[in-house]
Amino acid sequence: MLKEWFTEGIPIADWTESVTDFITETFEFIFDPIKEHFGSFMEFTSDSLTSIPPVIVIVLVALIAFFVSGKKLGLTAFSIVGLWLIHNQGLWEHLMDTFTLVLLASLLSVIIGVPVGILMSKSKTTEAIIKPILDFMQTMPAFVYLIPAVAFFGIGMVPGVFASLIFATPPTVRFTNLGIRQVSKELVEASEAFGSTGMQKLIKVELPMAKATIMAGINQTVMLALSMVVTASMIGAPGLGREVLSALQRAQVGTGFVAGIGIVILAIIIDRFTQSANSKE
Amino acid sequence: MPIIEAKNLTKVFGKNAKQALELLDKGLTKEEILKKTGSTVGVNRASFTVEEGEIFVIMGLSGSGKSTLVRLINRLIEPTEGNMYINGQDLAKMDKQQLRQVRREKLGMVFQRFALFPNRTVLQNTEYGLEIQKVPKEERAKKATEALKLVGLEGYLDQKPDQLSGGMQQRVGLARALANDPEVLLMDEAFSALDPLIRKDMQDELIDLQSTMKKTIIFITHDLDEALRLGDRIALMKDGSIVQIGTPEEILMNPANDYVERFVEDVDRSKILTAEHIMKRPETINVEKHGPRVALERMKEAGISSILAVDSKRNLKGYVTADDASEAIKNDVRDISEILRTDIKQVEKDTPMNEIFTIINGSPIPTAVVENERLVGIIVRGAVIAALAGESEVESHHA
Repeated sequence: MLKEWFTEGIPIADWTESVTDFITETFEFIFDPIKEHFGSFMEFTSDSLTSIPPVIVIVLVALIAFFVSGKKLGLTAFSIVGLWLIHNQGLWEHLMDTFTLVLLASLLSVIIGVPVGILMSKSKTTEAIIKPILDFMQTMPAFVYLIPAVAFFGIGMVPGVFASLIFATPPTVRFTNLGIRQVSKELVEASEAFGSTGMQKLIKVELPMAKATIMAGINQTVMLALSMVVTASMIGAPGLGREVLSALQRAQVGTGFVAGIGIVILAIIIDRFTQSANSKE
Repeated sequence: MPIIEAKNLTKVFGKNAKQALELLDKGLTKEEILKKTGSTVGVNRASFTVEEGEIFVIMGLSGSGKSTLVRLINRLIEPTEGNMYINGQDLAKMDKQQLRQVRREKLGMVFQRFALFPNRTVLQNTEYGLEIQKVPKEERAKKATEALKLVGLEGYLDQKPDQLSGGMQQRVGLARALANDPEVLLMDEAFSALDPLIRKDMQDELIDLQSTMKKTIIFITHDLDEALRLGDRIALMKDGSIVQIGTPEEILMNPANDYVERFVEDVDRSKILTAEHIMKRPETINVEKHGPRVALERMKEAGISSILAVDSKRNLKGYVTADDASEAIKNDVRDISEILRTDIKQVEKDTPMNEIFTIINGSPIPTAVVENERLVGIIVRGAVIAALAGESEVESHHA
């Protein structure tokens, strides 16, 4: 047996394939409803967003920008001009699709990432187990897990979210873990000395103290989710990413550039918004 | 029954705790055990009792295990061995739920670097202990405000801790601990981070608070002056072990070993100050003029239980106690000399402090200070300790 492996090589690829097949078949009853319901939910979200007149969206975003930036005009002006430009280039619908993808992928990342980060901060063993998994998730090229994503969820937005999730969740997990571990030991002791339960300690002391760090992680997560939109478009996720991809396939520099600019504008707005949630207070 | 009783409390940090314990039994030192097992002995078989209403000071240099010991008292650190009784219940054997209950109801803690929650206001910080016990909002605000009033911070309820000075922050820390109305206050180097003047104020206030609230206080410090000022009894720690427990006087007078002695030597004020510096103006009666009634009246006025008796030249003749005087009045004895006691201790005006100790120790009545037989002052025991602990107003007692 061992000798064969020397000559023939270990069939890791075959194994992976059969494991994926096995998962696909066994958990079909889970994947299928997710594909269906989550898929239609996403479509609904993006349709609803698209149905709002662009002018109203632009005004709303501008207003939010005005207040989160501390009543400065820079970000407000940028939001108005940027969004108007995207609309002007006929990319409004794609923008909404991309936004939906980023929003849901980020939300899921945070919902999964924060609790995992908390678990990780509470035990060295958990940390030791999860850390290499996070490394794996972040360094494995994204294209590789597009394949099982398609196997599980078909093509479209849902596998796109799945792929973004894998790629974008680690920062939230890591920063939550780090933030909680960095809370001053004396504060934790104080909360324990007064007889807090573990949950009280977490909610009243650790999370508020770690908030800034966790928010920095969430900001990273959102940015990574956004950076996945082009990759996700390869498995049929709609949006600005698909425009970039099709431009690439047809070697249309101009179209690609315009769609790319759209992504950049969205990225800047989202980044400033999530950062200001952090710096406030 | 003592409120706190520690029996052989031991903490070994590191993996080979069991082996380290065995080596401790064999009498190896902390360093030897560290070399052999890689484990650090934090606290080595500490046993002591703390009575209700007492200020018990645990003193030692950094690394002596005092901070570990205080955390063994409320089990912020799990003991490796030993028992920690509070009101007779063994804390070391409690489950999490019981332990929380004890921490909430019986043990308050004040931290060296205040450990205030920066995101909460002064009031919210003070409410913390009540909040986690789910005390209704209004009631906890009321209790917290009362606690803040006690420490003189009622005007700062809505400030954030970082807007306050160090001394004020620690008052919040103290109020937070008091708001729960715990039976025992654990104070871990609570005043060490404050500058000397503020520290002294806080010490005075703590003594005041203690005398009105009758809390039991376990106070950790590395500062002998502080220990002497605050402590009813002091436990001295070295290398994780308690080397001596005693009243300030016992420790100053009979240092248990070289280590304690070296500590005590630092209090070299005892060699500079003399009786003159710490004596007070004495209340006296004149044996040639006054009877028991005057003596009793003067004692009542001054609030003392004995009074020195002199003749017209202020030569010391002895003293009269309040009990004797009232007995004499009852029996219609008019002559003061019948109740005059002469077993009084006296020192010369220029006797150095360290000698005064040996003379004054154990004596229930004040010691007389004389100059050429004439009475010039008295020394009460408290003044000796206070002087050693660096009371600045020592000089002003100079009559």
